[in-house]
Amino acid sequence: MVAMPLPDKTALARRREIAAALRQFVPGEGVIEAPVEMRAYETDGLTAYRQMPLVVVLPETTAQVSAVLKYCHEQDIKVVPRGAGTSLSGGALPLADGVLLGLGKFNRILDIDYANRCVVTQPGVTNLAITQAVQHKGFYYAPDPSSQIACTIGGNVAENSGGVHCLKYGLTANNVLGIEMVLITGEVIRLGGKHLDSEAYDLLGVMTGSEGLLGVVTEVTVRILQKPETARAVLIGFPSNEDAGKCVADVISAGIIPGGMEMMDRPAIHAAEEFVHAGYPLEAEALLIIELDGCAAEIDHLIERVVAIAEANRSNSCRVSQSEDERLVFWAGRKAAFPAVGRISPDYLCMDGTIPRRRLPEVLQGMEDLSRHYGLRVANVFHAGDGNLHPLILFDANDPDELERAEKFGADILRLCVKVGGVLTGEHGVGIEKRDLMPEMFSEADLNQQQRLKCAFDAKGLLNPGKVFPVLHRCAELGRMVVRGGKLPHADLPRF
Amino acid sequence: MTSLKPATEAELVDMVQDALSQRTPLDLTGTGTKKGIGRPMQTAATLDLSGFSEIALYEPEELVITAGAGARLGDVRKLLDDKGQEFAFEPPDLSRLLGAPHSGTLGGMLACNLSGPRRLKAGAARDHILGVAGVSGRGEAFKAGGRVVKNVTGYDLPKLMANSYGTLAALTTVTFKALPKAESEETLVLEGLSDEDAITAMSLAMQSSCEVSGAAHLPAVSADGTSRTFLRLEGVPPSIAYRRDKLAKLLVAPASHLLTTEASRAQWAALRDVHPLAAPDGRCVWRLSVAPAEGAKLVAALKHRIDMQWFYDWAGGLVWLAVSSENGASADAIRAALPSGHATLIRADESLRGQVPVFQPQAPALAALARRVKASFDPVGIFNPGRMQAVS
Repeated sequence: MVAMPLPDKTALARRREIAAALRQFVPGEGVIEAPVEMRAYETDGLTAYRQMPLVVVLPETTAQVSAVLKYCHEQDIKVVPRGAGTSLSGGALPLADGVLLGLGKFNRILDIDYANRCVVTQPGVTNLAITQAVQHKGFYYAPDPSSQIACTIGGNVAENSGGVHCLKYGLTANNVLGIEMVLITGEVIRLGGKHLDSEAYDLLGVMTGSEGLLGVVTEVTVRILQKPETARAVLIGFPSNEDAGKCVADVISAGIIPGGMEMMDRPAIHAAEEFVHAGYPLEAEALLIIELDGCAAEIDHLIERVVAIAEANRSNSCRVSQSEDERLVFWAGRKAAFPAVGRISPDYLCMDGTIPRRRLPEVLQGMEDLSRHYGLRVANVFHAGDGNLHPLILFDANDPDELERAEKFGADILRLCVKVGGVLTGEHGVGIEKRDLMPEMFSEADLNQQQRLKCAFDAKGLLNPGKVFPVLHRCAELGRMVVRGGKLPHADLPRF
Repeated sequence: MTSLKPATEAELVDMVQDALSQRTPLDLTGTGTKKGIGRPMQTAATLDLSGFSEIALYEPEELVITAGAGARLGDVRKLLDDKGQEFAFEPPDLSRLLGAPHSGTLGGMLACNLSGPRRLKAGAARDHILGVAGVSGRGEAFKAGGRVVKNVTGYDLPKLMANSYGTLAALTTVTFKALPKAESEETLVLEGLSDEDAITAMSLAMQSSCEVSGAAHLPAVSADGTSRTFLRLEGVPPSIAYRRDKLAKLLVAPASHLLTTEASRAQWAALRDVHPLAAPDGRCVWRLSVAPAEGAKLVAALKHRIDMQWFYDWAGGLVWLAVSSENGASADAIRAALPSGHATLIRADESLRGQVPVFQPQAPALAALARRVKASFDPVGIFNPGRMQAVS
């Protein structure tokens, strides 16, 4: 288990005083300190970790968020921001000595602007609710993480969430036009808006995926797109992972960027088929779902080419969806892959590395070897177009040894991803889960530069500490300049 | 002025460390084609990064290219084109507008966060940068991001390099996403629309499922007496044919015609590279980013007060303005009329760029945050001091 920083005893002893102070800013039921009521906040999507917060505060306005943060900043109290708590990396795990700042009451869409093709919303609105608010006009919000019915747009900004369509339509970062955010000092800052490109430094880009360590997002402007006229999916079985991987590379080399391109390995195919009976080919070692979207003329043209490429790569089964119902059935198995695996194992860990796609066969082979080594099963679903792997490690949490082995297995998979030129996390975030693996990918100098940026936003390190960075340095220490000879010349000159 | 030209990262580290120890501010440059953008600087030496020009890796089937920050955009374009790929954000060649000999380097493209007409669909340089390596103003080598298209490991420092105008780090290596070029393209040209009607037409086109990948409007004064509204469709031919018919039915104009692939490509390259306002006539050129529906209102508010030429891109969200240099290139009037967004002075002589804020002034809390971000990379202000904001 990843260790969290030791709680500050002074803060623990001040719980009642802190709760009383927060009530001055957020009236009534917006401040929660009864353990039974705080229980709902003790974990997020990474359920192996649980921690009761010091106090929960649920503000409703930007002014309240600002007052709460300003108070915490002045009083040196840690703050953990939280949306719907669906993070798979422990990003919203509370701290025993920290205030949990829930944005659940920021649940209104503020402005739907079709002329400018954007929606201005509060951060606690769910990802899917944005699409639901505009779909009667044929619009949708493109990033579609699998938790989209529950996860909030504020959380999506914090994690730079993806989904199955991001190869063609981009991640959250590519679909957010602007935000309003509050710094830990209580200062309110607006970045971007309904126009394209925020001015000067791209702080909007930095905030996206910053995992709640830089600021609290209180408003989001996202761009919306007109839905493609139609979409069709092709379900293709292959006798080996290599063949499926080669097919993906050939599709892209042919200049085709599908709306979605998903791959499943044999264990995942079987688990999904038993669960939803989508008609997946059980004899296949690997399955590809390739979805083409656009106008009918375009799809017909592209499907013909995709099928030819699949055949050239030894596909042993190929079905093209003939109706919208059939397309949804093809997807049902993939979308239910996680719960399907949940049926065949008491627990599973969902990993999230990204690799250069052509290294897939050796990474899958490496995973098989690790699976034998740790004595745990693994099933793989894979955003094949962009190289984002989701190995699901099957284990039983009631057996502490299995949890430990599963965590080690997961860490080894991520090390393997980095070794072949990939990264630790494609869309789930570092959080606490991958925190201690950061040195696998980054040198101390790399990590120090990232932490210096953190210092520019939060010099006291009060926002979501213990996440993302394995070693917490004080900002004064990070800011020290070591120039040859150990001292900076002209230290008396003003810095600018 | 001294010119330093490192050949390796280790040399670059040494040079920055030396400059730090002597407190010599450095002017970071690739090939100098965008020297005219930003405030004039007082620097003692030029740090020439054009030596980092190697293409380290190009894997078309992985959609990724890693190159030295000093690699020429023109060379990389050719390399990508040979494999049927491109930078989807359509980086412009501003050489005619800026009086430069060529389109510059990848590092400059990122430092200015360039993008072209496809910005409204595909994003800007900031949306396609995957990883960077370089040396901070602390004289420390660092890297960030990676070489895969989906990556949320650590802060997105590569995006922060976009639009930072060399004020944060001296980049050695950049990794970008490369994407397949469309097989074919066509442009529907509507003639005779007023600015306001053109904005409405472009908005309707963008709200349709026609997947318009470029929407620009040249008013009558800039287009031989008849205004033209350009709507680009890209993809496979049967798809373009279908969408073109659908778009033509959706929109009403006094007249219209079509540009087929070659003519369409030439037209969009000219719009992308700001040719309508690029004449070396001594006029200052502004680039305004606003909410698309507000583009025409902004122009209407300004055109009776200022002698100006203009055209719209990004369905109205990008307004290019050419004005005389009088009254500080009308900076105050333009910024006062701006309903949202920002105005950047892209072309003006050096003395004017020293007097007028080239970049949009920021609210105090944001400006203070930006200063702290700068200091987190470059605490003594050794890189491009004053390029973006006056040094206090």
